Amino acid sequence: MTAQTFQPIAAREAPVKTEGLVAWIRINLFSDVPTSLMTLLVGGILLYTVPQFLSWALFRASWLPDYDACRVEGVGACWGVVTEKYRFILFGRYPFEEQWRPLLATALMLALLAASCMRAFWKPWLVILWVVVLGVFFTLMYGNTLGLSKVETDRWGGLPLTILLASLSMVMAFPIAMVVALGRRSNLPAIRTFCTIYVELIRGVPLISVLFMASFMFPLFMPQGVSIDVLIRVLVGITLFAAAYMAEVIRGGLQAIPKGQLEAAASLGLSYWQTQRKIVLPQALAMVVPSIMNNFIGLFKDTSLVTIVSLYELTGALSLALNSDANWRPFKIEGYLFITMIYFFFCFSMSRYSIWVEKQVNKGKAS
Amino acid sequence: MVYSTPHLKAHTMTEKPPPPKKTWSWRSQAFRGLVYQIIAFAVIASGLWWLASNTLYNMQVRGIQSGFDFLWGPAGFDIGESLYPFDSSQPYWQAFLIGLTNTLRVAIIGIILTTILGTLLGVGRFSRNALVRGLCYAYVELFRNVPVLLQLLMWYLLFTEALPMAVDAWTLGPLFLSKGGLSFPIPIWATGHLWGFFGLIAGCFVAWGYRRWAIRKFEATGQLRSMFWIPLLLTIVAGVLGWLAGGAPAELNSPVKGEFAIENGGSLTPEFLAVLIGLTAYTAAFVAEVVRSGIQSVSRGQGEAAAALGLSQGHSMKLVQLPQALRVIIPPMTNQFLNLTKNSSLAVAIGYPDVVSIANTALNQTGRAVECIAIVMLVYLTTSLATSLLMNWYNSRSAIKER
Repeated sequence: MTAQTFQPIAAREAPVKTEGLVAWIRINLFSDVPTSLMTLLVGGILLYTVPQFLSWALFRASWLPDYDACRVEGVGACWGVVTEKYRFILFGRYPFEEQWRPLLATALMLALLAASCMRAFWKPWLVILWVVVLGVFFTLMYGNTLGLSKVETDRWGGLPLTILLASLSMVMAFPIAMVVALGRRSNLPAIRTFCTIYVELIRGVPLISVLFMASFMFPLFMPQGVSIDVLIRVLVGITLFAAAYMAEVIRGGLQAIPKGQLEAAASLGLSYWQTQRKIVLPQALAMVVPSIMNNFIGLFKDTSLVTIVSLYELTGALSLALNSDANWRPFKIEGYLFITMIYFFFCFSMSRYSIWVEKQVNKGKAS
Repeated sequence: MVYSTPHLKAHTMTEKPPPPKKTWSWRSQAFRGLVYQIIAFAVIASGLWWLASNTLYNMQVRGIQSGFDFLWGPAGFDIGESLYPFDSSQPYWQAFLIGLTNTLRVAIIGIILTTILGTLLGVGRFSRNALVRGLCYAYVELFRNVPVLLQLLMWYLLFTEALPMAVDAWTLGPLFLSKGGLSFPIPIWATGHLWGFFGLIAGCFVAWGYRRWAIRKFEATGQLRSMFWIPLLLTIVAGVLGWLAGGAPAELNSPVKGEFAIENGGSLTPEFLAVLIGLTAYTAAFVAEVVRSGIQSVSRGQGEAAAALGLSQGHSMKLVQLPQALRVIIPPMTNQFLNLTKNSSLAVAIGYPDVVSIANTALNQTGRAVECIAIVMLVYLTTSLATSLLMNWYNSRSAIKER
């Protein structure tokens, strides 16, 4: 018998690293052959286009409000169009010396919107705050009191108009939508039919036809001698449009309430309206807050359509600012990119917010 | 223990007392419901009557004529692009018809392109490649957070400003891209094409027959045959055979660079291209989200169960995962298609002669606001209803069959 000597076997290789930058790159970019080829292809395209775009947009760009400098060969983007025209783009045809008023009004409105997004403000007095701020907004914009000069609504424009149209029509659409949503689920056939016809009719036509109606047909609807401001008419049109879409969202929330809730409410002796107010709507509305937020984003984008019926909100104000000025007209694309950034900023932050709300709503359910 | 069955019980029980007589009361729910409905009806009807009477009175006072008789009068304006020749002496109803075909043309092509692009983007969000994933995410966020009208205006600006004049058009094989639009060769019409068309139709029937046979075979023996590629091949082969039988006409009408414009061939105007690309790019971002949430809604266990049953990756996708994802995808997808169709009305902003644009011109010329807007609304309502009926039919086919 030979003595067994201790022979250590070869050490195992260290496991492949799964953490750190190199490992991340290997897993996410070069995990197998097709992935690696894809990475090379997409990466190549990006390496080719992104520096070119950056060079055009930043490094070779001209920032000064000087249109001759922009026409020099080799100059990239001409952001001078924004430096020169930003007040016209943001505030439209509002009188130049008075533009602190729309600025202040917009800031107030934005602060109100931001506050409405915070949970600490979800109290009954928020409604009063809305009424107050809207009052201040209109006073500031329209003037004619407190030593402010009068500015007709047809001179309003730019960002304040966009924000006003979006938020006011949303706020006004909400109660209508709630009633219509309840109506569509009502037991009474006539009411259900009316609500269904309203919702389907509005959802079946484009917003632009509703706006045309508000702008061309609305004057015919009113009694002789009554003329309503075009801003109000368009506001009514957008509100009715938004209400139909929101009613569908709220109806989705109502449908998700289990029947047991209604039966429990009935067994407690609550009336129809008590049941809706205390049991159904609080649950349903909490559920649909993210979808309502998405609706609001859609509405915010849709306000750009009012430029077709000659209200100069952000998009319209830009066209107005540049079409009348032959020196700057060739640099319209930079102007478009500027307002694109504004729209993107608002819509993207709202969609982030809606994702956050969704998480908050689902917090209670995850268990 | 003996439980009495119902019919035995019926024999043993004494006669039930008749149900208590319905007592009618002012406070009964039925009565109140009736009152509410009558009130609602009265309010809405009187509101409508008020609006209508105001309208009629106003029209009378302002001397506005009403009625649809203007549709038969000469239009008096030209249309930039149309599927068939149109001049200003033709009546309004033909102008509206051209607007309708233009709307449908951009909507149908847009829906097809959007579905393809959106699905690719949605699937791309699950790619193992981080670059692809990130790119798809960036695309979706960028394109859906900017108003579609602004995007259309930008595309149109790009097409009219950034592209070269027709003389120095960008050339790619037989294709020319310039400020004048995209020009491409089209086949010259010959009877042989008709034969090819008949061949295609015959091929469709053969393919349909083959599919039925293959399904019956599968159910009887479990042998799986190709249900997609072979029918497709059959259709194409039949089409080609028909075309060959018709004498194989292969003459093309190719575009050529002229002095001032690209001549001959088929062409797409920059307006059409801007609307098409703008709508497709915008809606695809939404479709991508729809597809993504649809794929996410199928639980992981389904794929694992399919693998445990021995299904291949492709079969697991085709037979297990996709049908379940489609059920979630189809309803919101319908909405996106409808949105695209409705958003095509924004073409009016860049001068593409869709139905809204034609109605707008007609409105300005004749002053018949009510009629023109009614026509536009009717067109969109009909398209919306038709699309949603079609999609509902498809949806009910792919819905869960519960037993």
